[in-house]
Amino acid sequence: MGFFDKLKKIVNRDKEVFNDNKEKELYDKGFEKTRKELSDKLNNLNRKYSKINSEYFEELEEILIMADIGVSTVMNFMERLVDRAKKEKISNPSDLNELIVDELFIIYVNEEVLSDKIKYNDNGPTVLLFVGVNGVGKTTTIAKLAKREKDLGKKVMLVAGDTFRAGAIEQLSIWADKVGVKVVTGAEGSDPSSVMYTALEEAKKDNYDVVLIDTAGRLQNKVNLMNELDKVNRVIGKLIDGAPQETLLVIDATTGQNGISQAKQFKEITNITGIVLTKLDGTAKGGIVLAIKDEVNIPVKYIGLGEGLDDLKSFDIEKYIYGLFSEML
Amino acid sequence: MFESLSDRLESAIHKIKGYGVITEDNISEVLRDVRLALLEADVNYQVVKEFTNSVKEKALGEEVRKSLKPSEMFLKILKDELLSLLGSDKVSIEVNKHPNILMLVGLQGSGKTTTIAKLGNLLRKKYNKRPLFVACDIYRPAAIEQLKTLGKSLNIPVYEEGKKDPNEIVRNALNYAKENNLDYILIDTAGRLHIDDNLMEELEKLNNEFKPDEILLVLDSMIGQDAINVINGFNNKLPLTGTILTKMDGDTKGGVALTARHLTNVPIKFIGTSEKLDGLEEFDPERMVSRILGMGDILTLVEKVENVISEDEAEATYKKMKKGNYDLEDFLKQFKQIKKLGSIESLLKMIPGAKKMGLNNVNIDPKDIARVEAIILSMTKEERKNPAIIKASRKERIAKGSGRTVTDVNRLLKQFEESKKMMKMFSNGNLNLPF
Repeated sequence: MGFFDKLKKIVNRDKEVFNDNKEKELYDKGFEKTRKELSDKLNNLNRKYSKINSEYFEELEEILIMADIGVSTVMNFMERLVDRAKKEKISNPSDLNELIVDELFIIYVNEEVLSDKIKYNDNGPTVLLFVGVNGVGKTTTIAKLAKREKDLGKKVMLVAGDTFRAGAIEQLSIWADKVGVKVVTGAEGSDPSSVMYTALEEAKKDNYDVVLIDTAGRLQNKVNLMNELDKVNRVIGKLIDGAPQETLLVIDATTGQNGISQAKQFKEITNITGIVLTKLDGTAKGGIVLAIKDEVNIPVKYIGLGEGLDDLKSFDIEKYIYGLFSEML
Repeated sequence: MFESLSDRLESAIHKIKGYGVITEDNISEVLRDVRLALLEADVNYQVVKEFTNSVKEKALGEEVRKSLKPSEMFLKILKDELLSLLGSDKVSIEVNKHPNILMLVGLQGSGKTTTIAKLGNLLRKKYNKRPLFVACDIYRPAAIEQLKTLGKSLNIPVYEEGKKDPNEIVRNALNYAKENNLDYILIDTAGRLHIDDNLMEELEKLNNEFKPDEILLVLDSMIGQDAINVINGFNNKLPLTGTILTKMDGDTKGGVALTARHLTNVPIKFIGTSEKLDGLEEFDPERMVSRILGMGDILTLVEKVENVISEDEAEATYKKMKKGNYDLEDFLKQFKQIKKLGSIESLLKMIPGAKKMGLNNVNIDPKDIARVEAIILSMTKEERKNPAIIKASRKERIAKGSGRTVTDVNRLLKQFEESKKMMKMFSNGNLNLPF
């Protein structure tokens, strides 16, 4: 069964992908703008063309590029689509919808089994390291994830590893207060590695389950800052075996093609295990995650759908594509 | 920024050189490269389409076909078309009202608070203004704290009343400014989505009551195709007077610069070029086009240098150079000046032809500069004036004093000798620069 059929079943409620109605509502609401624009455009396209031709493909390409799906990913995608349409003798645009959804799914999944679960450490604290460029929402994401873990009954610690940006330590401390978890801080301007050291020693001693580490935003082409991250990463690994268990790259959904460069260069320094895609509640499509999966092979683990503490959700490609295309089905 | 964009455009121009004559066929191939380069730079799809069409039309025009050097003509067409996208005029900021009111708006994380600090710094330095920061981000935890810390480090006052109605805060801030003789009011607002009606209304209220002279939209230069929705979203609700593109010191190709003006007619006024508080430049379309086309940006460089190094000092150093008594004291002084200029990488990139010289990927660790400083500071005054006397035992002492090795000391002395030689050639006019 193709992915398209599966989606159709979901829409027809043969099978629930969502755990409850509240979750579905959040997906629907968070994606409202994103979905409406994309599916409106595709529906218009289907109405405009009674037969598939080169103008049709050009407009389709435009729609996908406008969703920030990477340029080369889109170019390859178009090539395959044109090929398949020819082979399967499809001439009706609405029949092509099925292929489009299928092919997008293939780009992302690529016949792998993807896990959106956190890899917990059985012998001590599980360390999650958050990295990314400036202003993507690392600190807010940490607060949201801390809440999730705390709700699961875990003993949670936050570490204020952004000692550079003015107000960053206060920001994390305020969140820690709101969520009701421990936060370890150092002085502004101090060496982040020394904060890690103090925090992780304490986490081991007092048996914390999950440690979430904030880091300063850094542009991926700044060699000195990336070296600093390398050092932080090594210090963590020395203190706790196998740590960080997860290194999450936080990416803003409005990010364009630069997202690929971010993924590539952060992956060189740290072992990025997943992406958190934030700010999906705007009009941005976050299509760049498809390109990142395609070109750098990093899956998305979480998405941010709002400013509330409960607005972070596990990423599920089925739900994401459902969010994008449910109105077309 | 723009590096790989200029790479690809350069190779397109190179191709044309090879053809000798521009034809419908070969121009299509080149324009395909141009199109991909622009799309990869996040330039809006519609803009790319228009751009390549009009370049094609002009390139196939009579004038170019008849020209003896089609590649030069093609370059000129690219330059003119890029310039017309960026809007060829430089639009500056309003500084003549008393007091001036400026408000920054934008999405979460675009860099509003940092930019406010940089703007205040620039207004004070360049326009002799007495700025006041007003903290109206009443939502993000510690946003007020952040602005206060930045204000403190710049010694610029910050007006805040915690989490109150923004209109009330600004009203009181204006009184405060009057009493304290402050003439440029910069309002920091909370980050918000352009589709969040409640929060957009909050901005409209501020606009209605205070009618700011400048409402600037802060945009992250890494933004993708959503840029147009964001700009229109804010512009439909507020009379934007300009945009500021932040984080241009990353490796983003910043296609939004080509999109913003063309599609919305909102001019770009500033770009953020480093994390330091002087990392804000007034936007100049001509310079930007030169940068995109890999022609360097010597004007920005000169301006930067002028801001830091006084003419007298430069004159004195020049005289010393000419006389040949340039010593390690001067060497150290210059190092310190370079440090003040900001990152050396960003300076090197402004030099025309930097790419060809391989200077665009140079990485200089600020620690290296600190090491040079440490070594020179471990020398006696005498040694600095006359490095020739530094022999083995002195070298050992200097190495110990600075925590470096004798090899490091040797390397530094060699560097100094070389730069001295270079300077002699420079001042005699014998130096052939590669551009």
